[in-house]
Amino acid sequence: MNALLRFLQKQLVEGMLPWSAQVAAAQRFGCTLAAVEELALEHGIFPARYQRNCTTITIADQLLLFQSRIIVIGCGGLGGYIMEGLARLGVGNIVAVDPDIFEEHNLNRQLLATPATLGKPKVLAALARVNEINPAVTVTPVMDAFCTANGRELLTGVTVAVDALDSISYRLELADSCAGMGIPMIHGAIGGWYGHVVTQLPGETTVQDIYRNWKNGKGIEKELGNPAFTPAVVASLQVAEACKVVLGKGELLRRRKLNIDLLDMEFDEVNFGPVEDMDEGLHLAA
Amino acid sequence: MQITLKLFATFRTARFKIAPQEVPAGTKCLAIVINLGLTEDEVGVVLVNGRHATLDHILHDNDTLSLFPLVGGG
Repeated sequence: MNALLRFLQKQLVEGMLPWSAQVAAAQRFGCTLAAVEELALEHGIFPARYQRNCTTITIADQLLLFQSRIIVIGCGGLGGYIMEGLARLGVGNIVAVDPDIFEEHNLNRQLLATPATLGKPKVLAALARVNEINPAVTVTPVMDAFCTANGRELLTGVTVAVDALDSISYRLELADSCAGMGIPMIHGAIGGWYGHVVTQLPGETTVQDIYRNWKNGKGIEKELGNPAFTPAVVASLQVAEACKVVLGKGELLRRRKLNIDLLDMEFDEVNFGPVEDMDEGLHLAA
Repeated sequence: MQITLKLFATFRTARFKIAPQEVPAGTKCLAIVINLGLTEDEVGVVLVNGRHATLDHILHDNDTLSLFPLVGGG
């Protein structure tokens, strides 16, 4: 490791590690790009690819992100953009869960859907895309539906779960599984011009409260569908929340639902009651 | 009694964003939903005076009822 570290230090350009040097180091020392990146970050070396994160995400933050494991449940409209964001952010481990293949009706909005990926598993398109953007990120594709039965296995070792599902019943199962395992959950839902985002820490029941009148079936998305822009907006907000949970920074959307109306361009907050201090027992990195 | 009714997202279509409503004393949120021509299944979050409520909540004079449709897509 000392030899690798010395090699990295010699390759620095303006104090940063160029991608080409990261690749050269991995080849020369027979290790993964991920191992090189982790060693660099542990020793305060900023990979040049993250330089425009500047002071928003420091080297110490970058290491926290790299050592985190984020599960994205659903690789469709929300999930595609979420994975793009997490990979560019430098989240070290992403678990991508979805049982489906791409179909033509996904092309209007799903980032990973292209004519070339039609008929292909969504999780494999996610793997290919992340490898293309940031090969230092490890993606675990799981071509399966999330449910209570496989929830424990899928959520083991996870820092944050991002809800990009399209079924209310599965969302409620995810909320229960996350609660049982003490995992923060970033919930996002969309339909037409509308959407909402909530961050739920263990012990909170905002997601269950949002759907307490729900009995079965889908919401307004059944009639309205989803255009190109709504998933991008809601997914970006979810990525920002996931980033903040990992870094222990800022004010999360806890016990408040951010309501998004892109038709009237209104952002409202719905309050679900006071936030209690639940930081104990959480796997917060900071 | 009078309440203020606030509608969100698709509930506004061909209706309004906010309007005063004259309703009988003891009216429940569900009755307002049905009066709007909506069904219980279409309703997501219900707020009374900004606080989370159920559809069987009984409204009082000068209450503000906010109704949001169910949104669950991804």
